Amino acid sequence: MAPATPSCPASRSKVIELYFLEHRAKVLDLAAFLDRLDRAADDIGHEDFRVAALKQSIALLLDGHGQRAKRVLDHFSDPSETPIESAAGMKGAFGVYPGGKAGVI
Amino acid sequence: MTYIDPHIHMVSRTTDDYQRMAQAGCLAITEPAFWAGFDRSSPKGFYDYFRQLTESEPNRAAQFGIRHFTWLCINPKEAEDPGFAREVMSLIPDFLDRPNVLGVGEIGLNKNSRNELEIFEAHVEFAAQRDQLILVHTPHLEDKRKGTRLIMDAIKRNGRIDPGRVLIDHIEEHTVKMVLDAGFWAGMTLYPDTKCTPQRAADIFEMYGTERIWINSAGDWGVSDPLAVPKCQVELRRRGHTEDLVRRVSLENPQTFLSQSPKFRVNER
Repeated sequence: MAPATPSCPASRSKVIELYFLEHRAKVLDLAAFLDRLDRAADDIGHEDFRVAALKQSIALLLDGHGQRAKRVLDHFSDPSETPIESAAGMKGAFGVYPGGKAGVI
Repeated sequence: MTYIDPHIHMVSRTTDDYQRMAQAGCLAITEPAFWAGFDRSSPKGFYDYFRQLTESEPNRAAQFGIRHFTWLCINPKEAEDPGFAREVMSLIPDFLDRPNVLGVGEIGLNKNSRNELEIFEAHVEFAAQRDQLILVHTPHLEDKRKGTRLIMDAIKRNGRIDPGRVLIDHIEEHTVKMVLDAGFWAGMTLYPDTKCTPQRAADIFEMYGTERIWINSAGDWGVSDPLAVPKCQVELRRRGHTEDLVRRVSLENPQTFLSQSPKFRVNER
């Protein structure tokens, strides 16, 4: 679908020319990552919540709607609204919310 | 083309990086106080860190013609112990009048806890009482959207902060609109894997415009790139953006926000 007023100064053919190979490589990296997981010994017993959310996010890329980057980030985000009681011992982040909404688009 | 990197942690970078940044056109940097990658064992560690930010780092930058400015606070990753955090905060007034201190930052949230929020609110009040600019860190990854909302709500609750004097940093596609719509400045961090790439930053400019928004490298002790801002300049040109736009987002917008502090000035080449 073509926007009424393009906000990217490059034409569609120029965007493809500039970025296709870079993103072809990223799709191959993703495919190889999923293959690597299949080949690795299963020490988890169930699908990791991060991998599940990653697979679900792929559906968002192909649903025909825009704002894909925003919607993927929303899908990975903590949906709660109030502070947690304590962050003692917690520094880093997982990349995907580990409870609740993760697993459901 | 010249540029300003308004968020980079040079204490974690080598002098070679200053040299390369100067060669790439860097006129000035601003360095917020942050987490060293480990928790300091006492508030005295922060006293030495604040001396480094206000005494030795400006001299190191000056060797390459780069102006060095800084922001002071206790970062949210060390704010879970409110007693410790308030001791560190009590050191800040002794440094606030130093010539390269622009304000309070990077304050914010990390895991969105009650104690982090309490110390964030204390910093906001500290800034309000002293009419200081504020630089805000928003949480990483899955915690960012919730944390950004909590941060904006806390600033609004204070009631004495002009959002035009607050830069909310590390925005991405899911937080940029809420930040700009509320009247705050927004910062995009060009950081491998966990924040924006130069390509996505260019996309965000195209979707949300170039008003009240800047780019920075947030280069630090992790995998990061002190030349990320000039690389984003190249990305913008590559897809056909004008030199005026490139200059606006990488030089003029930081100048506009930072010049709200009378201490900030750069000598254009």
